[in-house]
Amino acid sequence: MTETTRPVLDIRNLRVEYPLANGDTLVAVKDIDLTIRPGEIHALVGESGAGKTTVGNALMGLLQAPGKIAAGSIVIAGKEIDLRTGRTEGIVPGRDVGAIFQDPMTSLNPLFTVESQLCEGMLTHLKLSSREAKARALDLMRAVGIPEPERRLGSYPHQLSGGQRQRVVIATALACNPQLIVADEPTTALDVSVQAQILKLIRDLADERGVGVLLVTHNMGVVAEIADRVTIMQNGAVVETGPTRTVLTAPKAPYARTLIAAVPPIDARLDRLPVPSEETQVTLDARASVRRKSARAETGSREDVVLSVRDLAVEYGGRSLLPGRKASVFKAVKGVSFDVRRGEIFGLVGESGCGKTTVANTIAGLVTQSAGSIDFQGTALGARREKSIRQSLQMVFQDPYSALNPRLRINAAIAEPILFYKLAANAQEAREDARTLLEAVGLPSDAGARFAHAFSGGQRQRIAIARALGPRPSLLICDEPTSALDVSVQAQLLNLLKDLRDLAGLSMLFISHDLAVIRQMCDRVAVMKAGEIVELSETETLFTAPKHEYTRELLRLAPSVERIFGRQLASA
Amino acid sequence: MIRLFSVRLLQAIVVMVAVTAIAFFMFRFVGDPVASMVREGATQAEKDAVRVALGLDKPVFVQFATFVGQVLTGDLGTSYRYQQPVTTLLLSRLPATLELVMVATVLALSLGIPLGVLCALKPKAFLSRFTQSATLVGISMPTFVTGLLLILIFAVNLRWLPSSGRGDLVDIGPWQTGFLSLSGLKSLILPSITLALFQLTLIMRLVRSEMIDVLSSDYIRFAFARGLPRTYIYGRLALRNALMPVVTVTGLQIGQLIAFAIVTETVFQWPGMGLLFTNAVGYPDVPVLAAYLLFVGFLFVMINMIVDILYTFIDPRLRTR
Amino acid sequence: MATQSLMRRLPPVSVIIASLVLLIMLILVIFAPLIAPMDPRDVASYSLMDMEIPPAFMDGGDPRFLLGTDNQGRDLVSVILFGLRISVLIGLGAVVFAAMLGVVLGLVAGFFGGVVDGIVMRIADIFVSFPTILVALLISGITRAQLSAETMLAWAPLVLIFSIAINEWVQYARTVRASTMVEIARDYVRAAKVIGLPAPRIMGRHILPNIMSSVMVIATINLAGAILTEATLSFLGAGMPPTYPSLGTLIRIGNQFLFSGLWWIAVMPATVLVVLVLAVNVIGDYLRDHFNPKLMAR
Repeated sequence: MTETTRPVLDIRNLRVEYPLANGDTLVAVKDIDLTIRPGEIHALVGESGAGKTTVGNALMGLLQAPGKIAAGSIVIAGKEIDLRTGRTEGIVPGRDVGAIFQDPMTSLNPLFTVESQLCEGMLTHLKLSSREAKARALDLMRAVGIPEPERRLGSYPHQLSGGQRQRVVIATALACNPQLIVADEPTTALDVSVQAQILKLIRDLADERGVGVLLVTHNMGVVAEIADRVTIMQNGAVVETGPTRTVLTAPKAPYARTLIAAVPPIDARLDRLPVPSEETQVTLDARASVRRKSARAETGSREDVVLSVRDLAVEYGGRSLLPGRKASVFKAVKGVSFDVRRGEIFGLVGESGCGKTTVANTIAGLVTQSAGSIDFQGTALGARREKSIRQSLQMVFQDPYSALNPRLRINAAIAEPILFYKLAANAQEAREDARTLLEAVGLPSDAGARFAHAFSGGQRQRIAIARALGPRPSLLICDEPTSALDVSVQAQLLNLLKDLRDLAGLSMLFISHDLAVIRQMCDRVAVMKAGEIVELSETETLFTAPKHEYTRELLRLAPSVERIFGRQLASA
Repeated sequence: MIRLFSVRLLQAIVVMVAVTAIAFFMFRFVGDPVASMVREGATQAEKDAVRVALGLDKPVFVQFATFVGQVLTGDLGTSYRYQQPVTTLLLSRLPATLELVMVATVLALSLGIPLGVLCALKPKAFLSRFTQSATLVGISMPTFVTGLLLILIFAVNLRWLPSSGRGDLVDIGPWQTGFLSLSGLKSLILPSITLALFQLTLIMRLVRSEMIDVLSSDYIRFAFARGLPRTYIYGRLALRNALMPVVTVTGLQIGQLIAFAIVTETVFQWPGMGLLFTNAVGYPDVPVLAAYLLFVGFLFVMINMIVDILYTFIDPRLRTR
Repeated sequence: MATQSLMRRLPPVSVIIASLVLLIMLILVIFAPLIAPMDPRDVASYSLMDMEIPPAFMDGGDPRFLLGTDNQGRDLVSVILFGLRISVLIGLGAVVFAAMLGVVLGLVAGFFGGVVDGIVMRIADIFVSFPTILVALLISGITRAQLSAETMLAWAPLVLIFSIAINEWVQYARTVRASTMVEIARDYVRAAKVIGLPAPRIMGRHILPNIMSSVMVIATINLAGAILTEATLSFLGAGMPPTYPSLGTLIRIGNQFLFSGLWWIAVMPATVLVVLVLAVNVIGDYLRDHFNPKLMAR
């Protein structure tokens, strides 16, 4: 093999095992093969638990304590890892493999300067003098596009923005000229616009420097955006591998098809996302029962305004214990107005920190507005609310793992609001209602006897929805209800929410950072930026003919399979 | 940073005002200040004269203002027991306490930090397991029992070391030091070990838990992913992060240190401020109690201010903003 | 999966032994009047004839007195059993008092935040500025100056419980506040708020059960501390009087005879004290490691 074509990474039959306390062995990675050539970006995708991060950790020498490489070979830039020790000896992490972590906020040590963290690897591995190292650090800072590199070298991490920190992390990964970089979800913690810049940077570095990149990600859009080749993993095994276009547009393996089909498209609205439905006769019966009980179903026309928000402003901080001192005030929301009509799903979309969640929290009564009005079914909402108002307004939150009280049985959690609002005559009846609600969201009715920890993230989110439906609300606020979930689970949950809206005549305020999800879910949508709504229109209009520059930018930058490869996969 | 500092300053003032108020009420309302000033069998007229002389006939807030004025000028009243100014008493006892506390703290830090790091890095090593078990015994052993056992072994049975007092002292100006004589140094051994053991367990456990936390952080994982040497990662990167809270806790623990200095001094009859205080409790010598309270409050506030200032130097996140 | 099977494993031997020791001590404490060979408070039951007899296993020991006798001829086993009883009662009393105060204040401060939180935590700051022993000594000095010796006697246990708890509640308040603030940010509490449940119900039914494990851990470790503090105070002469001695008082009495070779008068109660506190600490340490989510995630 000649130098130019020699792979920077060649994995054969890699098997990673975790011995368990009870004597069993958990096989985290099952006999996978993977090759990366210089300048190639190879994406490793899969849902949580697929083993993709374990592969990355094995390469970086970061396998968690009991985990070990049980079999196979790893050759990095022609050098083979010594598997007898189960460690990456012979390969020096940092010199031969560069690493990029997910969260730039935590991957730099807060107590040391950028310069110190950039140079320490060069001093150790390349034996440079500190002057040479500093000169090289400066070059690297320029290469990753940090403005005022001389000044930034002396900065501490907290003085840089998230995007700049991730650039520093990338510079650190490049410091010793490794031929392979392992990037573990390098843009997941970043906003769309920053994500686009970082992805472009990684692509350019791979092209210019001929570095091979193993990109671990769950985001198909990111894969389509920059990867040359892709490997799809499930339960530790490789399901399908090949050139990105081939795999994403014409997946062969059944799991690859479902996975890719579950990704909500940004360029078209589907009635339902094409994932296997969990509807059974039991579910349908239960939903019919919920529908009968839902007092508000089909009362009033679709044009009625359920919620009317006018000039809403929310400020954080400002209250100080010290008299005469004005603490710094952060204006999270500045004069937002919109209406939610009966039976409609109204979307709020924007990057993190744009104030969309604050709007939701204010309407839900978790935060009090500093100015403006919220009118809900003819009643002005403030800090103190009537019981009947609270009952009609329920919420589903983002994090399924904290959404349920770990000390309450599911039945008790769902029955609690039903009893509190006296919607059931006694505890027995409330438990019956809880069972029906569980069935309506597609869970077995005996699920109620268990505690939250017995359920997966998607199931917990279903339980949270059942709990929110208990008080028979007329408006359901969904704050990023699926962003912590795997894509196939997300698809099922989005379908469920649509079904429930149709069923009970619910209105929904749906908050998301994901434009594709918004397009699938919402009838109308408002785009938020820095506490203000920049554009509000019918969803289809917004996506086909965006007016505001910011909306256009978001649409342009959102990583999307369809934008790169066109819509050839609807048939999947 | 200025904001943080002014908040701290305000807290310090609140603490000092509260402490001064308590001290004042002790002076004024605990026991009978007049009875302690006049001879026995004094007439009512004599008592009244003392009352006026002490200003006790004036309104309470005027008395408080006077009291604050006196405190600020260093006048903390006269000890009932010793019939000496309390300030003089406290100052004469200060060197003994400071020398004891200093030696104990140096001992505790120089052993506690390495042991804590070791227990975090190599939890399965023999020395770590031994230390871990030993600290459990350590925190279960009250300081006075440790002291008694040391006395029993090294003073009563082996007769190697003195069990009480400071030994021969050397005057350096107003400061009487025990560092410069053999008997002084020998006298220092048992009390300082006793006091250090209590601090040692505390520091060791803190360093250990902080180190474990830091080691699981992303930036340490990232340092490993860059292939930096272990010694460098542990010794320079992780230790620096782990020691940050140690500084804070040292500030907050100063009260505990004073408390255990009281116990140690009592066990070893070490003529420091703590022994003065225990004796005052038994007497009860109210002016000494009140003055000691003021002193501890002042010390606590000062040390925490110093810790805060120190923090802005070692934590870059506080320096700029 | 791995952590679950780890959690189901038996606690280490040291914890099992400590639990047994603690159980035996509790039984001894509860049934002390039935078990003790004599009643140390009954002057007629002992005589000066038997004074200063060494433990039974030593030369000159007397089989009637397993651990020897003190300077008044009292059987040390009996004296220690009754002393242990007083030490444990005061320790438990202080823990219960401090825990109730601290949990309520911590919950309220953490739940409502803002000004309420500021006030509660500043008060807590002032209290922790002064170590328990110092405050207790001051309270002892003040009560001594204000009350007659007889009143002091009757009130001594309550004064001790109060002086210890008045500082220790801060630990509970701080932990409960911190945990409450963590829980309050979790979606199940936010959901309970949106559902419209009243604040006391959210605190009692949703937050409290989730922070109870950390309260129990502090209470265990705190019990060890409270017993030690009481012993220290009694040793310094600011605690239980010699007529109703706790373990600390017994050690204080024994301390006077240390140099005359009568070491057992101090060492026997000291050993019992250390074993008791060690047992509580071993259990507390285990519970803390067990319930510490940071360690559990590993």
